[in-house]
Amino acid sequence: MTAELDTFAAPTRLPGPAAERPAFARSLVSRLGELAHQPILVLSWIIVLVVIGWAVAPGLFTSYGPYTGDTAASFVPPSAEHWFGTDRLGRDLFARSVYGARTTLTATLLAVIIAFGVGMAVGLVAGFAGRVADTVIMRVVDVFLAIPSLLLAMVMVSVLGYSTTNIALAVGISSIASFARVMRAQVLSVVTQDYVKAAYGLGVGRLGVMVKHVVPNSLSSVIALAALEVGTAVLAVASLGFLGYGAPPPEPEWGLLVAEGRDYVAVHPWASIMPGVALAIVVIATHRISTSFRKDHR
Amino acid sequence: MLRYVTLKVGRALFVVWAAFTLTFVLLFVLPVNPVDLLFDPAEINTIPPEVRKQVAENYGFDDPVIVQYLDRLGHALTGDFGNSVQSGRPVTAAILDVLPSTLVLASGALVLALLIAFVIALVATSTRHAWVRNLVEALPSGSVSVPVFLSGILILQIFSFRLSWFPAFGGEGARSLVLPLITLAIPVSGPIAQLLVRSFATEFHSGYVTTSWAKGATRGGIIIRDVFRNASLPAFTIAGITFGNLIAGSVITETVFARKGIGRMTQIAINTLDVPLVQGVVVLVAVSFALINLIVDLIYPLLDPRLRATLAISIPQAATGGLR
Amino acid sequence: MTDAATVTSEVTDSPGKEPREEREPLLRISDLAIDYRTGRRRWTPAVRGAGLHVAPGEFVSLVGESGSGKTTLVQGALGLLPISARIRAGSIAYSGVDVTGWNDRRMALVRGNYVGFIPQDPNTSLNPVKRIGQQVIEAVRFNDPDAGDAARHREAALESLRTAGLKDAERVFQQYPHELSGGMKQRALIAIALAGKPKIIVADEPTSALDVTVQKVILDHLVGLREELGIGILLVTHDLGVALDRSDRILVMQDGEIVEEGPVGQVLESATNDYTRRLLDAAPARHIGRLEPTSGARPVPAAASAVLEARALTKTYHLRGRGRQRELRALDATGLVVRKGTTHAIVGESGAGKSTLASILAGFTSADSGTVHVGDRELTGLRRGQLREIRRDLQFVFQNPFTSLDPRFTVSKIIAEPLVAFGSVTGKRERTARVVELLKAVALDESYLHRLPSQLSGGQRQRVAIARALALRPEILVLDEAVSSLDVSVQAQILQLLVDLQAEFGLSYVFVTHDLGVVRLISDDVTVMKDGAVVETGPVEQVFRSPRHEYTRELLEAIPGARLAPAGAN
Repeated sequence: MTAELDTFAAPTRLPGPAAERPAFARSLVSRLGELAHQPILVLSWIIVLVVIGWAVAPGLFTSYGPYTGDTAASFVPPSAEHWFGTDRLGRDLFARSVYGARTTLTATLLAVIIAFGVGMAVGLVAGFAGRVADTVIMRVVDVFLAIPSLLLAMVMVSVLGYSTTNIALAVGISSIASFARVMRAQVLSVVTQDYVKAAYGLGVGRLGVMVKHVVPNSLSSVIALAALEVGTAVLAVASLGFLGYGAPPPEPEWGLLVAEGRDYVAVHPWASIMPGVALAIVVIATHRISTSFRKDHR
Repeated sequence: MLRYVTLKVGRALFVVWAAFTLTFVLLFVLPVNPVDLLFDPAEINTIPPEVRKQVAENYGFDDPVIVQYLDRLGHALTGDFGNSVQSGRPVTAAILDVLPSTLVLASGALVLALLIAFVIALVATSTRHAWVRNLVEALPSGSVSVPVFLSGILILQIFSFRLSWFPAFGGEGARSLVLPLITLAIPVSGPIAQLLVRSFATEFHSGYVTTSWAKGATRGGIIIRDVFRNASLPAFTIAGITFGNLIAGSVITETVFARKGIGRMTQIAINTLDVPLVQGVVVLVAVSFALINLIVDLIYPLLDPRLRATLAISIPQAATGGLR
Repeated sequence: MTDAATVTSEVTDSPGKEPREEREPLLRISDLAIDYRTGRRRWTPAVRGAGLHVAPGEFVSLVGESGSGKTTLVQGALGLLPISARIRAGSIAYSGVDVTGWNDRRMALVRGNYVGFIPQDPNTSLNPVKRIGQQVIEAVRFNDPDAGDAARHREAALESLRTAGLKDAERVFQQYPHELSGGMKQRALIAIALAGKPKIIVADEPTSALDVTVQKVILDHLVGLREELGIGILLVTHDLGVALDRSDRILVMQDGEIVEEGPVGQVLESATNDYTRRLLDAAPARHIGRLEPTSGARPVPAAASAVLEARALTKTYHLRGRGRQRELRALDATGLVVRKGTTHAIVGESGAGKSTLASILAGFTSADSGTVHVGDRELTGLRRGQLREIRRDLQFVFQNPFTSLDPRFTVSKIIAEPLVAFGSVTGKRERTARVVELLKAVALDESYLHRLPSQLSGGQRQRVAIARALALRPEILVLDEAVSSLDVSVQAQILQLLVDLQAEFGLSYVFVTHDLGVVRLISDDVTVMKDGAVVETGPVEQVFRSPRHEYTRELLEAIPGARLAPAGAN
């Protein structure tokens, strides 16, 4: 699949010798070759993979526990022993960030899956099922777009109750509209392409055209949006956590870590800044990766 | 033309009505026991049953849902969203109280954000050095990646606690506005700058720019005379997104800087489950959003002679999205 | 600024002042080599050591197919290369002043002032949000040595518009680009090019986006300007016919090199280069009659029965506007008969309704009224399922092979798509066998099976599209401008392929085109359309030899390449 995506994006103007090689080999070679010249992209992938590692097996990355601290060593500044320093209760902030990755990333993943899955389906129906369905769906989407997603998520969490799962649900649901809109726009533009008209002309049925031509060709830009949404969702989850709508305090959630340190920011700035910077770096990395997707599929 | 305006106004009204209905369903219908939402969660167990019953009656929770809905909708049309549970004041008054402070913050941040975005786009387009362009183009994606609460805390730490240039908290005086303004402007400028960088680049490589080169125009002249206007128009298309960012950003900014405003009030209203106030805020936001999009839809065609022409003949699909 | 001032005087001083100028041509490009960056530290040459010169009052044409580097060459001459390109070697000199490597600021003094440029696509080359007048005034002002007053600039701009052949200059002055037709926009661009009073005009495919009758008028005007103002003209074109008709001297470019150069007569009589001769042979105007199939003479389709018949087709598009309805009549009682085993061409300029007609014939669009018969079955008013059955007999080939193939499908999947859809060939092996058979029919081999469209050239793609259309063994092919987007040499190959396939399978073609030259090569019958109505219809021979309608005559006269026609034809 990715091999095909790549050649789709390959410039058609300059058919070099590379065009003779089979599609998958060409794209793999060229892709690795490109990576070597993009150190920041490589770094971004490493960061994201490491953070996924934190979420999967936090014990491998730190010897401290997330909940237990040495009250005697409260507010130790960042050092070789405590990379991010310690908090009021003397808990190692790096350890808390590592363990917090699981909470934050699981919520993010859930949110993106909801937004992507539902948004894609809704957008596809709107773009493909005809005028009436389109009008109805898009008016509803308008309404969801009219309420900023953070606000909508806040309202939903207040009704559903405070928890990380509910944050994930709320963030996911409030992002459905933008996915639906992008997917619909893509579908509408693919539907006017000659190859779709050609498929009808060749006797392919509506369902066949949708599955074989419309969906695969529309997906690429929605996938790029999904990659971007990972970063946005991490931010939204952390923001809601920061505002106190997520897991209750002892839990190490990234937004909550920043919020906990915030009260001491004047004297012990690292307590909120270190976890916050870690969070920002992860989001920047996901943005860089999503940009590379977008360039591939343009 | 009249048809076009009617259509757009109709859509705006629909959005506002639907936002009201949505919040009604979310806040008054979905919760199993909506009366509970009207009390502070901490005190809920101490409320005697007869008080609950009294309150439920007052709020009409015993009536059928449709009656409650029509009653609330009727009042909302006159600007009455009920009383705040916390303060007991009318929702409208509570909102109007803090609205000016948020308006000042948001509009100031918007102006600053636009300024940042245009500077980034202009530098990226006019520079001849690839490294300057790459550097400048990386800024917007950085600015949307850094969480607002972090940039707020960092700015607070550096300019207030370390350098003592500006006061840390509090809402009065122009000096106290500077740091929140910058904090809010950063994330808002990101998407605008990304869009402008892209559209400046597209327009800079378009056919009419080649014509201008051939006329003997210089790089600066082309950017100012030809590219600027054509490339700026698309910025209107993300007015809605910008508005959303401003609202979301002001919730966090006002919390971090402990400033009075709609954002902070919303946060407190949600923390204390002040349902009428929450509904009032959501509807206010939806109204503003619909109004902004309506204005953009009506102004956009006036700025683009091509659309002006199509408008006279037919209705464009959507003035905001139809061009590119 | 002093530096710039000397530059201007060097370049623009009236001829005769400096002895050098009398000897030197207006533009001389020597051994120019231009590369494109295709990767990190990797450069691909686009122009390899090309040279040319244009003398005062001379009309020179640079001819080449797509990818020959002709556009890159003129971009280099004007200093308009994209940043991904670099000049590796060679020099560019205007009247003996070497401008190679000049920066934008210095080149700005040459452009407009000394060399005017007419771009390719008039539709994108004018600023959409500015009035025409403003855009011409800018061109005047940039090149006015002393800062004159606004009124004089305005007068000069109007004068320039008039010189460009816009009679109603005052009105055009106030208009926006979208309010003008393509031909008028191109005239406005000519006015802009003339506004700086240049000594030489470089025109890059100035008419390829325009209708053939408009092309003729614009080219006539350029030739007139050359005589009137004594300027030099460098025309870049893909159309050998246009070049031969208009120029004094011709250069042929292939793969970044100039492969042929000489006065028109000489090139026509005794082209030394193989490629030039192939181009000459490929030009439609070179042939008198219809192409013969390679397998031998084709049976004359005398009195063949009708296989496709359209009667009184009407199609109106409704445009909603300020309360009242505006209508666009795309087709007005149009009819057409295609005889079995023959080709029927539909010819017309843009807006003639020919594509709407093709779309209705193929069942993509439904007509408001009228009937279409395929054999003895009526196509109009069929439901989706019944229409699908018709598709076995009637297939469609699109204009643009770059958009009509799904970019994610391999060639084998593309060609097999109709076979799968109709379930006509069961079993994977049988299907592959049929696909290979079809590939062979369009002169491609098995090695193409697993390629993606992006790995094929335009001609190869169109072959694949034709193979796909043939998969169901249809009787009729509707070809909508199927060769229009291809280079002339590829076009000739595809036309030959179509003729061969017709002889082999007894196909009937509906051939929609704007190019009358091609019609003669492939058609038996022709229908000329204008504004949604049929102007004239009949056998090709008859229509070409003695057109009855004024418009047909006009179209025929506008076909470029009169000098290409072998003696004795027409």
